[in-house]
Amino acid sequence: MEYHRHEVVIVGAGIAGLSAALEVQGSADVAVLSKIFPTRSHSTAAQGGTAAALGNMEEDHWEWHWYDTVKGSDFLGDQDAQEVLCREAPEVIFALEHLGVPWSRTESGRIMQRPFGGHFSQFGKGSPVRRACMVADRNGHAILHCLYEQCLKRGVRFYSEFLVVTLMVREGRCHGVVAWDVARGDLHVFEAKAVMFGTGGYASAWQVNTNCLANTGDGLALVLEVGLPLEDMEFVQFHPTGIYPSGILVTEGARGEGGYLLNDRGERFMERYAPSKMEVAPRDIVSRAEQTEIDEGRGIGGKGYVHLDLRHLGKKLILEKLPQIHEMGVKFAGVDCTEAPLPILPTAHYAMGGIPTNVDGEVLADEKGTVVEGFFAAGECACVSVHGANRLGTNSTLECAVFGRRTGRRIRRYMEAGVEYRGVPEEEPERAQKKVADILEARGPERVSRLRAELKESMTKNMGVFRTGEGMREQVEKLRELRERYGRIGITDHQKVFNTELEEALELGHALAFCDVIVAGGLAREESRGAHARKDFPKRDDAKWLKHTLAWRSEDGSVRLGYKPVAITRFQPEERKY
Amino acid sequence: MERIFRVYRYQPGQEERGRYQEYRVEVGTSWTVLDALGYIKGELDGTLTYRRSCRHGICGSCAMTINGHNRLACETQVKDLKGDRIELEPLRSFRVIRDLVVDMGEFYDRYEAVKPFLMPRGAPPTDRERLQSPEDRRKLDGAYECILCGCCTSSCPSFWADRKFLGPAALLKAYRYVFDSRDQDMGERLKIVNDPHGLWRCHTIFNCAEACPKGLNPTRAIGALKREVVKRRI
Repeated sequence: MEYHRHEVVIVGAGIAGLSAALEVQGSADVAVLSKIFPTRSHSTAAQGGTAAALGNMEEDHWEWHWYDTVKGSDFLGDQDAQEVLCREAPEVIFALEHLGVPWSRTESGRIMQRPFGGHFSQFGKGSPVRRACMVADRNGHAILHCLYEQCLKRGVRFYSEFLVVTLMVREGRCHGVVAWDVARGDLHVFEAKAVMFGTGGYASAWQVNTNCLANTGDGLALVLEVGLPLEDMEFVQFHPTGIYPSGILVTEGARGEGGYLLNDRGERFMERYAPSKMEVAPRDIVSRAEQTEIDEGRGIGGKGYVHLDLRHLGKKLILEKLPQIHEMGVKFAGVDCTEAPLPILPTAHYAMGGIPTNVDGEVLADEKGTVVEGFFAAGECACVSVHGANRLGTNSTLECAVFGRRTGRRIRRYMEAGVEYRGVPEEEPERAQKKVADILEARGPERVSRLRAELKESMTKNMGVFRTGEGMREQVEKLRELRERYGRIGITDHQKVFNTELEEALELGHALAFCDVIVAGGLAREESRGAHARKDFPKRDDAKWLKHTLAWRSEDGSVRLGYKPVAITRFQPEERKY
Repeated sequence: MERIFRVYRYQPGQEERGRYQEYRVEVGTSWTVLDALGYIKGELDGTLTYRRSCRHGICGSCAMTINGHNRLACETQVKDLKGDRIELEPLRSFRVIRDLVVDMGEFYDRYEAVKPFLMPRGAPPTDRERLQSPEDRRKLDGAYECILCGCCTSSCPSFWADRKFLGPAALLKAYRYVFDSRDQDMGERLKIVNDPHGLWRCHTIFNCAEACPKGLNPTRAIGALKREVVKRRI
């Protein structure tokens, strides 16, 4: 086992991790670990835009953005964190421009912006406002590549294709991580003064999802393993426009630019669900509308999808502003969207929940806000919470950039304060070794691919767009069964070099762990709020449930729940209508 | 529809050289090659090894040679491939680590060599973006979209002949910054690409343009760089 020492170890090379790395580099020795090559991180798949009230297209104010984010979150987001997100958005966008992001431009040379769901003027009362800063429809790709290139410029050290297998946290203090070098097939201990997770989300636990295959929520499971809690995990966003049947993403920008949603009768069915905002209502609302149309037999040909029609936008606009969508329609649905509507369905997309942090990315250990010494998180794996029960489109890349940067700055100050290495606890390398060896030598009858398929099918059935107590109780049982069978898995690949079967088995173990807390949190929460829509409790219940879930998991799969209040600083909860 | 996948296999430490292994797969109607690989790995042979991630042609992980052409597995529909037998091989001209996984190290080194980052003109304004006209911004179209998959460089005969050649991907990246109106140091980057193993090794064969899954045209970009070098007498 090889030992490394870096003052700062960042796990994950998406927009959050790299934004932090750029802040820390130069003042501390920083290393970035990523399970795939950095530019292949899932941030690259973000399409439509990054929100900031620049007002380049028409009047806009960061307070309007703040209000929209609060309302979009169904009032579960922490308003102090949401304020930070929206207030700092413009300067972060400018900073990205200064680094070289090739933003699309207006005639006057400013950054171009487009409308997106849930973003309006006049504190929600006005018309849609163009707030999403855009690089055509390749926003994430352009930002991620730019950040990676800046990291190269500044000499950030990367360990690519290193899969972190354990996090070393003991008695509230972080010591580092242990990682598996995929290409060579051996373990590496990384001792660090500060560890930051930017490990991404967990929507790949659903059968139909937009996530990349590497996005398996590993970081969340590692946090549970060391006895720390996760926050609001039951809130998982279903994006309204996944390409049927695989669920890969069509940007909301397509509706922002004016696309229609149509059912089998050719009706713009959003009239019945969000008469004023129609297709640009927030995602939870549009996804439920689509699912209702499909469930009531008004999917196209009675099947499990509806249509996204862009034809009236014209070929010129589509090719200029939505070129990737055009290409994807042709390649994945066999549909030229300038000539025919795209078949689409709701698809698991984004994890609102995650590792509880404060606005500086410090990880919190409990309801009281006790900080875990030397452990930080930002991006989709974290829960600040800026998205609450439902995230607005374009706020995710923004969250990564704003809180990645803030976390990097906090780590820099933390280093400047003169913190020491804390050593590697004796049992830790052994724990990692055992975790890998148990799988590498596993020769039982159960197959990883079978268990994974059953996990995804059951999560889709029981934890989908609509949920019920009965379905979630069924899922608790299913997870128990899967965990038990996971103890009897076997793999056929026992080699060390580039063993992706080992990797997939570790990832499945991680998914089984965090799914327990998703279901436990959802079952306990007897209300409907944002993306958590219960048929047996269809109303939001502020008296009982205007609070964040915290969930701890024991090794036997049992979950302990706790709660903490929501920060309400300016906007009082009101009925959420669009 | 049954298809036979003939897949290149190489297990380091276990065999001297690569071999081919065939898998019979009942392919679903809208399956991509990546779906078929997932099926093979999950159901038939857990030892088959390949890279993959995003599933929709934007991360660049799953580049490989499919029936002799460099493609992304995730956006190649099986039904579009002719014949009963589909041949999958690792990207050529890179060292094979295992099965369909190649060592991209040399490829990334070339990319880093062209200084793939903005070297801006003066300090930017503190409270807003630098301005860039839509015409200037348009010059980056067809270059910034590169996903670093390696399809182009692996297909380039000049790269096969000269292992030190920067290759089309790195040169396209140089173009992306040379022609960015916000970049100051066109000269420095042009010097790098004007190396004996740089621009002039490109003999406009256009394999790269044919191989690019994103429809980009590195040969054209290299032509523009050549003209710029001549114009500026670098």
